[in-house]
Amino acid sequence: MKPLSGIYRIALKLLMNDKSKFTALLVGITFAVFLMVMMMSMFSGILARSCAPVYNIGAKIWVMDPAVNNTNSSIPMPDYILSASRSIPGVKYAVPLYFGSALIKLRDGTYQAATVVGLDDATLFGRPEMIEGKIEDIFAENAFLVVKDAEFPKLKNPKIGTEFEINDNRATVVGIARAASSGLFGVPTLYTTYNRAITYIPSARFTTSYVLIEPKSEADIVGIQQAIAKLGYEALTREQFVRKVSNFYTFKTGVGMNIMMMTAISFVVGLSISGQTFYTFILENIGKFGAMKAIGAKGNELIAMILAQAFVTSLIGYGLGVGAASTFIIIAKWRIPDYAAQLTYPTLGLALVMVMIIAGFSSYIGVRKVLQIQPFDIFRG
Amino acid sequence: MGEAAIIKASNLVKWFGEGEARTVAVKQVSFEASYGEMLYIVGPSGSGKTTLLSIISGILRPNEGSVTVENQDIWRMNDDELADLRLNKIGFVFQDYHLFPRLTTVENVAIPLILKKMEWNGAMKLAREYLDIVGLKDRAELQPVKLSGGEQQRVAIARAIAGKPDILIFDEPTASLDGDTGRKIVEFVKSNILNEKRAIIIVTHDSRIYEYADRIMKMEDGRIVGYETNHFNEK
Ligand SMILES: Nc1ncnc2c1ncn2[C@@H]1O[C@H](COP(=O)(O)OP(=O)(O)O)[C@@H](O)[C@H]1O
Ligand SMILES: [Mg+2]
Repeated sequence: MKPLSGIYRIALKLLMNDKSKFTALLVGITFAVFLMVMMMSMFSGILARSCAPVYNIGAKIWVMDPAVNNTNSSIPMPDYILSASRSIPGVKYAVPLYFGSALIKLRDGTYQAATVVGLDDATLFGRPEMIEGKIEDIFAENAFLVVKDAEFPKLKNPKIGTEFEINDNRATVVGIARAASSGLFGVPTLYTTYNRAITYIPSARFTTSYVLIEPKSEADIVGIQQAIAKLGYEALTREQFVRKVSNFYTFKTGVGMNIMMMTAISFVVGLSISGQTFYTFILENIGKFGAMKAIGAKGNELIAMILAQAFVTSLIGYGLGVGAASTFIIIAKWRIPDYAAQLTYPTLGLALVMVMIIAGFSSYIGVRKVLQIQPFDIFRG
Repeated sequence: MGEAAIIKASNLVKWFGEGEARTVAVKQVSFEASYGEMLYIVGPSGSGKTTLLSIISGILRPNEGSVTVENQDIWRMNDDELADLRLNKIGFVFQDYHLFPRLTTVENVAIPLILKKMEWNGAMKLAREYLDIVGLKDRAELQPVKLSGGEQQRVAIARAIAGKPDILIFDEPTASLDGDTGRKIVEFVKSNILNEKRAIIIVTHDSRIYEYADRIMKMEDGRIVGYETNHFNEK
């Protein structure tokens, strides 16, 4: 590297002193990176939120109707599934979980939809972390916990002791909990006990949304899954459930398809803007590269120069694009509490890979052109 | 004529194209250039001057014949060896200068030094000295486009001599310059750049500069048709 450093310096000066081309390249790459990162961040934000309850509740195995494809639209199962689950060998314990929607009438008479999570009365399995109040207060009369998330203000910022009605039943706030909610649906989340949930919220014949199972050991999981399958239901590990929900949003709702398309388009736009600009840059300087060849530059030195130009520019564009996207996300999160986008390392990595492809492609066409020139043509003018 | 040959070309043949379209640009050409000599190659357009110049400077491979530069048979070398030969032994001045417009003049002059892997600051310092030799020290930080044609040609000369070459190759150096400027440049080259350790070969058909030649080699239709020795310049 050391002995080539002068060459790199010349290479970068050649490009960066060409202000208009350098700017066009930077704008192209920055813009493409910004769009790609925004798209992928929005997507991973949506997925993270849609899968948040699975992580919050924390069960190792979830039993559900096979038709369930996201946590919030559960399909009630008959009660015998719970007892059947408990008698499967390898099950340490199994508890019911209620997951449903309710309409809340606030004290000022306005209505607000909410998600209600009912925890098993005996174990409170899946209990949230408390900010205010004690979890045991959930057993008090009409007791509910309110999750303090972006939707919290929609319940008019309740405090311990605040009262409202759920389907004509009185409800009292006994605690404030912290839990990353599935804010995707834009409704607040309440926790109560399983039994209170099913009495307050009218449902069809069946009541159990999920059965949560703790296996005795990892080795028992497959056997449990097979036993549940025989009952006509589905037992998924946490990871499988997350994948199922992700796949639903990615492939069945069009969200994933659209985002992939937009990402691909940003990529192609970035690729063509920078490829095109870089190619023009090389063409404009082709005589000079030829003269360098005549003077005694070797093929690999010219390649090194072009790679330096393409990759350094791309990395700067990547930095600017990521910077712009994260600034945008930070501002948006501050202005819009529900803003879902989140910047993840895989997103950053994927965007970097795409930028490297853009740089690689641009340098490839540049290198090809420069290696083709014959210094003799320079002489002939 | 000098004593020892710095370049020796034997039976060079070069053609372009194949079959019906074949043009033979250089036909059985043999000649020598000596240390301390300013040799002109003159002749009408299309007579093969540029082709010959490219062959003897390691840029264009001949179909037949051989070239030795300081006793090295250059057309037995591979591409990287040829590049090294050009970098270390040969300096080029092109008709259209071929300076990088986005680099300063001093950076342009430093290119052969940087290709020789000289460290940046040292290369700049030395390049400035060469700019001084061609009288353009105060133009070091300007871009070439800010200079006149004659000044750009002098920058190109500074770049060509920065690598301390034994052979300097000029192709139509005055073609883009007015007569007076062209003459001054060649006069400058003759009295400041030429010495007994190097040879300068100039391709031209500008008769106004013939007076500076030590020897003039005339080409026609790919062949050498005669020599003229300029006794006026002999010491
Ligand atoms: N790359 C090429 N392809 C085909 N013909 C060429 C090429 N280069 C030179 N020639 C031909 O070779 C002959 C000599 O050209 P050149 O050496 O440029 O002459 P000069 O420099 O004396 O004007 C001309 O007929 C020219 O057309
Ligand atoms: Mg010519």
